[in-house]
Amino acid sequence: MNEQRKERIVKAFLWVTGLTSVFILLSIIVYIYVNGVGIISLEFLTSYPYRFEYGGIFPQIVGSLLLVAICLLFATPIGIGSGIYLAEYASDNILTKTIRFFVETLAGIPSIIIGLFGLAFFVHYLFGFSLLSGGLALGFMILPWTVRVSEEAIRAVPNSYREASLTLGATKWQTMWNVVLRSATPSIITGILLGLGKAIGETAIILLTAGSGLEAFLPISIFDAVGSLPVYIFMLATQGHTSAAFDRAFGASLVLVTMFLIINLGALLLRNYLVRRQR
Amino acid sequence: MTDLSRSEGRIFSDQYRTVQLSESKTVKDDVRMVKDKIDVRNLNLWFTDRHILQDLSLSIKSNSVTAIMGPSGCGKTTFIRAINRMNEIIEGCRTTGEVFLDGVNIYDEKINVFELRKKVGMVHQKPNPFPKSIFDNAAYGLRIHNMVNGKKLEKDVEQALREAALWDEVNDRLKESALRLSGGQQQRLCIARALAVKPEVILFDEPCSALDPTATAKIEGLIQRLKENYTVVIVTHNLQQAARVSDFVAFLYLGRLIEYGRTKDMFINPKNELTERYITGKFG
Amino acid sequence: MLFSATSSILIVFFIIAFMLSEGWSAINLDFIFGLIWHPKTNEFGILPIIVSTVIVGVGAVFIALVIGIPCAIFLAEFAPNWVRNIIKPSVEMLVGVPSIVLGFFGLMLIVPFIRDNLGGRGECILAGWIILSIMTLPHVISISEDAIRAVPNSYREASLTLGATKWQTVRNITLPNAKSGILASLILGMGNAVGETMAVYMVIGNPNIPWIPTSILDSVRVLTSTIVMEYGYVAWGSQHQHALFAIGVVLFVLVAIINLMARYAIKRGMIER
Repeated sequence: MNEQRKERIVKAFLWVTGLTSVFILLSIIVYIYVNGVGIISLEFLTSYPYRFEYGGIFPQIVGSLLLVAICLLFATPIGIGSGIYLAEYASDNILTKTIRFFVETLAGIPSIIIGLFGLAFFVHYLFGFSLLSGGLALGFMILPWTVRVSEEAIRAVPNSYREASLTLGATKWQTMWNVVLRSATPSIITGILLGLGKAIGETAIILLTAGSGLEAFLPISIFDAVGSLPVYIFMLATQGHTSAAFDRAFGASLVLVTMFLIINLGALLLRNYLVRRQR
Repeated sequence: MTDLSRSEGRIFSDQYRTVQLSESKTVKDDVRMVKDKIDVRNLNLWFTDRHILQDLSLSIKSNSVTAIMGPSGCGKTTFIRAINRMNEIIEGCRTTGEVFLDGVNIYDEKINVFELRKKVGMVHQKPNPFPKSIFDNAAYGLRIHNMVNGKKLEKDVEQALREAALWDEVNDRLKESALRLSGGQQQRLCIARALAVKPEVILFDEPCSALDPTATAKIEGLIQRLKENYTVVIVTHNLQQAARVSDFVAFLYLGRLIEYGRTKDMFINPKNELTERYITGKFG
Repeated sequence: MLFSATSSILIVFFIIAFMLSEGWSAINLDFIFGLIWHPKTNEFGILPIIVSTVIVGVGAVFIALVIGIPCAIFLAEFAPNWVRNIIKPSVEMLVGVPSIVLGFFGLMLIVPFIRDNLGGRGECILAGWIILSIMTLPHVISISEDAIRAVPNSYREASLTLGATKWQTVRNITLPNAKSGILASLILGMGNAVGETMAVYMVIGNPNIPWIPTSILDSVRVLTSTIVMEYGYVAWGSQHQHALFAIGVVLFVLVAIINLMARYAIKRGMIER
């Protein structure tokens, strides 16, 4: 009997901790929405900021999107290329093992260090605080992610597809391009969406490479400094002292979280669709 | 009679129902077999909306080996898992009807399911020893049921291993990992593990399907001996095995009980056409 | 193809090379074990910062362990399917919630709460623990849950058919078999906590003169927050700049050690299977 009572107590305890921790996590998002929804208006989303805590956040929204665009332009082709190499061409030799080791290492490097590197290499020696510096440094951060998802997606393509194509006389490259990549594309997109979700909220890297976040203008070229939502929130929260600044930070956080949730939800739906299609 | 009363369970009353064998009045080989150990009545079982077991009724005799046969997917395994209520760990499972063990309905809500599973041991299809030492495997049930009193634990473990015909092979390496044993040894260890808690019924779910012929022969011999002290129910889709080890055979098809009777009668003279076709290998 | 595949190697070498070339000259025993960090007088000792980093990281992971492991056990073993199907994706989604948002949440809610109820500035180790554990929690839950579910079902079945309760099964069979996976999740969580920048920066106070904390209500500096604090006004080529990059090197080494430990734990778990 003792054991059964213990079982009931443990079960109750686990229900409570399980639901509490999820409640805590979700309450953060709810908190941001409750506090941020008051300031959201079309004007807030589409106008330019002025004097630190007035106006809208249009350049920050666009800046964030431009940064992740550059980041994807860099990381996607290289990631897919590496994925193809690791999954298709190379046998399991010292080189692939080394590559995998370094991909894992890169994935483990804290973002602030990538930011510091970007500050020295891109900002100081090459382009200054700019869209390009920020985008490339972000690309470095998500590169391991794109390599991994591409490799997995390509490996998941059934061998029978490849053989079917090869027996028809297609070259390895034709097979790769027409058959393997095509059927792996949806999974790769899912993975890249998840990487995008990581990139859009990343702050430390952009702070050290792209600009102060307060830029009240849109960049004209990729060599211009660019504002972004995360850095803008950071500035408002740490430099602002008025409630107006905090309200704007809540509004910007709401927009950022919404972007993040949409991206992840998109990835989730795509993944569910893929799973269902495979059955 | 006497060896049945060794049950010391707290949940099952010691009342035994003496029931006439429904099959025939000519049965007279063993007086102990006159008793029904398990009595299944109108058992129905669903997984979500799939009706897996349909209105099963049969009585399983004490100290006998009863084989459950039938093509795969017919509900054999689900049936024996209804006897130790292991189906209910799967979400969406619903059961109606009654299963009496020594006259007590195990689906009664007052039944302690953990005591029930202690009484009704089970050996699975694939040997599944825990990744622990041989000793710890055999002692696992004793420990979780607090049946541990100093020296007694070692004795009980030894006895269980002896009963499972494994003691001589492992007595010098009880501390070794059970995963280093051969498949057949692992399966006998699983049997020992089940025997250690002193059950009354042992359910075997195709216990030899993952074993080679030599190991299979050992397990089959063991099952034959086990019925001296236990009631054995064995799922098998191997006709020869059923013929070799069992006293009774139940033939299940698509969740229904098609035929049930003495093994000899059934193999020589099946009453149902489906049974005959199955036994003669026309389908399966 | 080969070129893109090797680019990861190049990038890692690049990063390491730059960090070392900018930071190496500042690394010496006085740097690691020095107690005083005072850029104006060219004193660069980071021992208080290292100690604070370890305290903040360990504490956060401990909280995540206390809350996260029960939650993982709940999801893997006790929650009905429909509950799990809601909670697991939400938790996984929270793995990537922008840390700046978490930091802002901490600054607006947790810091004032500590200041009003426990005293001090509110920006302190405790606030760092709370925010970092919230950040680490989804990782710990998600990876531990996977580790627990990876334990073969046949073990659970064997235990349950012997009449064990679910909790006995979890305690004696499932958890011992999942322990290296759970350990790995905690070590990885530690790596994340130590490397995390923005969320921590916003809630731990960052005093101008870092010291070794004596209370959990003390403001502290960690390695990452020091970089964010001072990168903006260093003169390029100064000793201060080299010291900041040297902090990056120390952080890199710390995180690399933690990640290697996690990898070892995972590998050992695979051998045990």
